[in-house]
Amino acid sequence: MLDQQYEVLPRVPPSAPPTSLQKVKSMESRDSKASPQPSMHANPKLRVQGFNFFYGPVQALFKIDLEIPEHQVTAFIGPSGCGKSTLLRCINRLNDLIEGARHEGNILLDDVDIFNPLIDITNLRKRVGMVFQKSNPFPKSIHENVAYGPRLQGLKNRTVLEEIVEQSLRGAGLWEEVKDRLHKSALGLSGGQQQRLCIARALAVKPDVLLMDEPCSALDPIATGVIEELLFSLKKELTVVIVTHNMQQAARVSDQTAFMYLGQLVEFGRTKQLFTNPTKKQTEDYITGRFG
Amino acid sequence: MVQHRHFDEELADLKTKLARMACLAEDQIDKALTALVTRDAALACEVIERDHKVNAMDVEIDESCIELLALHQPAARDLRLVTTAMKLSTELERISDLAESICERAIELNEEPQLKPYIDIPRMGSLARVMVKESIDAFVKEDAQLARKVIVDDDFVDDLMEQLFRELLSFMMENHHTISRAIRLSFIAKSLERVADHATNIAELVVYLVEGKIIRHTSPAAQS
Repeated sequence: MLDQQYEVLPRVPPSAPPTSLQKVKSMESRDSKASPQPSMHANPKLRVQGFNFFYGPVQALFKIDLEIPEHQVTAFIGPSGCGKSTLLRCINRLNDLIEGARHEGNILLDDVDIFNPLIDITNLRKRVGMVFQKSNPFPKSIHENVAYGPRLQGLKNRTVLEEIVEQSLRGAGLWEEVKDRLHKSALGLSGGQQQRLCIARALAVKPDVLLMDEPCSALDPIATGVIEELLFSLKKELTVVIVTHNMQQAARVSDQTAFMYLGQLVEFGRTKQLFTNPTKKQTEDYITGRFG
Repeated sequence: MVQHRHFDEELADLKTKLARMACLAEDQIDKALTALVTRDAALACEVIERDHKVNAMDVEIDESCIELLALHQPAARDLRLVTTAMKLSTELERISDLAESICERAIELNEEPQLKPYIDIPRMGSLARVMVKESIDAFVKEDAQLARKVIVDDDFVDDLMEQLFRELLSFMMENHHTISRAIRLSFIAKSLERVADHATNIAELVVYLVEGKIIRHTSPAAQS
């Protein structure tokens, strides 16, 4: 009778409502799918082995050994002058440009020594991109900034270039903000936007690794938050190594943290572990602000 | 170079507040036992009345911890201290609740003649009280070894509880007029056993604070 008068809802076979335990279990299985536990040594993208580095007579890094896992964010922290930026800049051989600089030991990218004389350094820097403390866009249009790298590599096809520009700007979370003014000067962007433009410029050449040297130190908290969120999406595509003075930032964004002091790697481990229960007293004193 | 931190003063302040709360909770248990043994209803009422002080301290400590977390974003040992303090104050607050419950039963027991001389209950009580004291000492001194001793001592209290329960059961089986008193006494014994459990929880928190190792809900072998 009721069926004739009203449109009834499809009948669902009667079943007992899920118990609390069942609900918890279903949530657990969803959670485990959403965030697989990162494994510390799963596929190291970079291996630093017995690495010493010298600026002329001054030794800046002492026997550094560490493995940077693929598709994760690794943070280097430590007081000023501890060698964290030096180590970062060694990863794409930026220190080669410094007179009198030399190294001992190896850095392997996908098991290939980056200091091997046969390595094409331009190709290395294409695979290992870098973003600096101060945003440094070229005094050109937004579009030109992003298209510059691929064009330098000989890419001329306009359609492909347009695609790369859009993809890279989207990857850097900037596309929606600049899509209507791609041909305006990049210098008209805000500090945070300029920094994201530099990230987009680095992404345009499709690197495997992105090195970031204090990328948020000149930015306000909102722009910093945007870049930090960006790191979570970037690591799906590439491996990120970030140097930061801001320990809370390292705690928020990284999967692994390396604490360096006086050119030595004091402790390297899972960020969660390092910030709750570090194994070395020096690390503890530094992250709790007792020295540094 | 080790720097002076204002934050250290705030952490020391937090520890002092906890130590003060612990003294109060310990005193609540002490007075509850005296009220029971001496059949002193006035003292029992005093303990019940004083429970709100412990509750207020629990809230105060909680607020301090939330502020420290929000304003200082502590890490490592500092983080463990603040989170431990939050849990610890809850444990102390529950110890005081149990003292209150013992006093309520004591007042009820005063309406009838004493069932038996109290021997095991004061023993249990003093053991539990010592466990509370030592667990707090372990917290203040950050002494994981003392904390582990407290965890072991819990078994003695459990054994006494078992023994007392059997004794009370025989009273009840022999004479049904004793049932209401025997049940009240077994409630008291259960409360004391719970006090010892809270002291054990505190001790486990101290091990986490000192060593960063969570030993709750693990086998005794994994706790060492």
